[in-house]
Amino acid sequence: MSEQKNGQDYWKANLKLIGLCLAIWFVVSYLFGIILVDQLNAISIGGYRLGFWFAQQGSIYVFVVLIFFYAFRMNRLDRQFDVHEE
Amino acid sequence: MELQTLTYIVVGATFALYIGIAIWARASSTREFYVAGTGVHPVANGMATAADWMSAASFISMAGLIAFLGYDASVYLMGWTGGYVLLALLLAPYLRKFGKFTVPEFIGDRFYSKGARLVAVICLIVASITYVIGQMKGVGVAFGRFLEVPFEIGVLVGMGIVFIYAVLGGMKGITYTQIAQYCVLIFAYTVPAIFISLNLTGNPLPQIGLGSAMSDGSGVLLLDKLDQVVTDLGFAAYTAQKGSSLNIFLLTLSLMIGTAGLPHVIVRFFTVPKVSDARVSAGWALVFIAILYTTAPAVGAMARLNLMDTIQTGEVGAADGNLVYEERPQWFKNWETTGLLQFEDKNGDGRIQYYNDKDEAFAAKAASYGWEGNEMVKVDRDIMVLANPEIAQLPNWVIALVAAGGLAAALSTAAGLLLAISSAISHDLLKGMIAPNISEKKELLASRIAMAGAIVVAGYLGMNPPGFAAQVVALAFGLAASSLFPALMMGIFNKKMNREGAIAGMLAGLTSTLVYIFWFKGWFFIPGTEMAANSPANWFMGISPEAFGAVGALINFLVATAVSKVTAAPPEEIQHLVEHIRVPKGAAAAVDH
Repeated sequence: MSEQKNGQDYWKANLKLIGLCLAIWFVVSYLFGIILVDQLNAISIGGYRLGFWFAQQGSIYVFVVLIFFYAFRMNRLDRQFDVHEE
Repeated sequence: MELQTLTYIVVGATFALYIGIAIWARASSTREFYVAGTGVHPVANGMATAADWMSAASFISMAGLIAFLGYDASVYLMGWTGGYVLLALLLAPYLRKFGKFTVPEFIGDRFYSKGARLVAVICLIVASITYVIGQMKGVGVAFGRFLEVPFEIGVLVGMGIVFIYAVLGGMKGITYTQIAQYCVLIFAYTVPAIFISLNLTGNPLPQIGLGSAMSDGSGVLLLDKLDQVVTDLGFAAYTAQKGSSLNIFLLTLSLMIGTAGLPHVIVRFFTVPKVSDARVSAGWALVFIAILYTTAPAVGAMARLNLMDTIQTGEVGAADGNLVYEERPQWFKNWETTGLLQFEDKNGDGRIQYYNDKDEAFAAKAASYGWEGNEMVKVDRDIMVLANPEIAQLPNWVIALVAAGGLAAALSTAAGLLLAISSAISHDLLKGMIAPNISEKKELLASRIAMAGAIVVAGYLGMNPPGFAAQVVALAFGLAASSLFPALMMGIFNKKMNREGAIAGMLAGLTSTLVYIFWFKGWFFIPGTEMAANSPANWFMGISPEAFGAVGALINFLVATAVSKVTAAPPEEIQHLVEHIRVPKGAAAAVDH
């Protein structure tokens, strides 16, 4: 496998991962926290209405997890494609 | 001990700590001055980034905003945290791989154009200066309120402290003081919150307390009770959405991409040793930010409930349902003297009526109770955090701590902004354009002089804030969102993006956003020059000026793409540069400057 091809495949895998993460990022904040907030507020978890919880708590927790998930998966990709740092 | 003596001791101790760190962390090279020698541990950088990011506004004002806007304040909570996801996924690792010192430097090299670099420098300086004015004001206010020193003296002391560690240590000194400042500010923020949550719900964790039942034995959920209490007095329900969905959506998006595009935040990720560190460091930054940002909604809701319950002591409309003015608590009196709380006995009954007299249906009902208008004529949002320890009857040392925390939040953000400004001047303008052959020693000296100059300018503007000071946050985020973020992102993700496209895009995004903001807020914020009243009825599709940054960014993307399609592709070596920054391997070599 040529180095250029390897670089392209690595980049494609990265873009796919970014796409997945940004989709989750969008769903928890914009979809659950804003667009569907009224519908989700009909459900409650603990003492929170679900839509309100996503807008003021849940989305932030998911953001944190997302970044660590991305960092972890990228480290694996870096090694898999042998482009990691020494 | 006297509260004031105690406050002097606590604030003095934190300042001594910052100066001690400054002496320990002096910078001896430009690499140390600009990027702390790229030797900062990712967790440490995360903590420094959190302090850098959370300003006087986050510490003092945000919970107050939440208290009065309720659900609608979610835009700030999501907007100012979600940007870190964009930063970690789209910018930080690649800019770290690029391995140079400033954000304009990347734009200049990637788009092989000094013009592009200059546009970036201008955006950076305007955004950072406007932002730093607010911090300097915050320092002055905190000193004035807690230590009773004149506002100007407060700003001068703040300038002196920043001067010592920023001029001596550059990014290195700033990084380690920011870590200390983070510890001070987060402790000062969470301690009162824990006590208030315990008080109201019996649960020490504010994040859980906000979703718990009241501990008064009624079994009513705190948020339900709050909704009930505010709607009983004619205010909109706390947890209900009040603004338009489109505007809330776009404002959140503008704040997110503005956050990711702010140079003083981006440059923090230049300081870690490796590309993989840049990714994980953004995660740590958000952990440390989230501790405050998930506490703030609880502080806001609980403070609002405490305030309402203090004033409306009994049934709404009952003759003895309202607090007798002469029996008001001590904290109420304390804050009246600052002018941040103001009472006016409109119906002369000696009791306080606090309700929404703008709501016609409720105002009519209120009139039947013999109420003649809302008597809390001023309730400044900022007291929600500042008065919290007093409302919850916490010991004096907690109040002293809140003062130190507010100062830490303002100083840490100011230092980060000042570093971004001074490196743009000494590295991008002087070294990059005016005198490329300058020696490293001279550049280091120049960067120190630029830092000193920036501190003086910021201090001056903090003492004499231009009329637009209150509007500037919208401007800073609008600029970063509409000009810098798209240029950086396209520079990494679109190999064919060229000089012409990037410059045209930045200018189009910038101009459209500026014009939209000025249209409703006055040209250069000069009162009376606005073209239309700043109200939802006049806004384009109901989009507020603060929310327009996302539209400006879209315009930037579209214009840049269209222009790049009809002009020559970037040179071969630039396309190689893009391929190079996309892979982590070889980052160690890239930092040789």
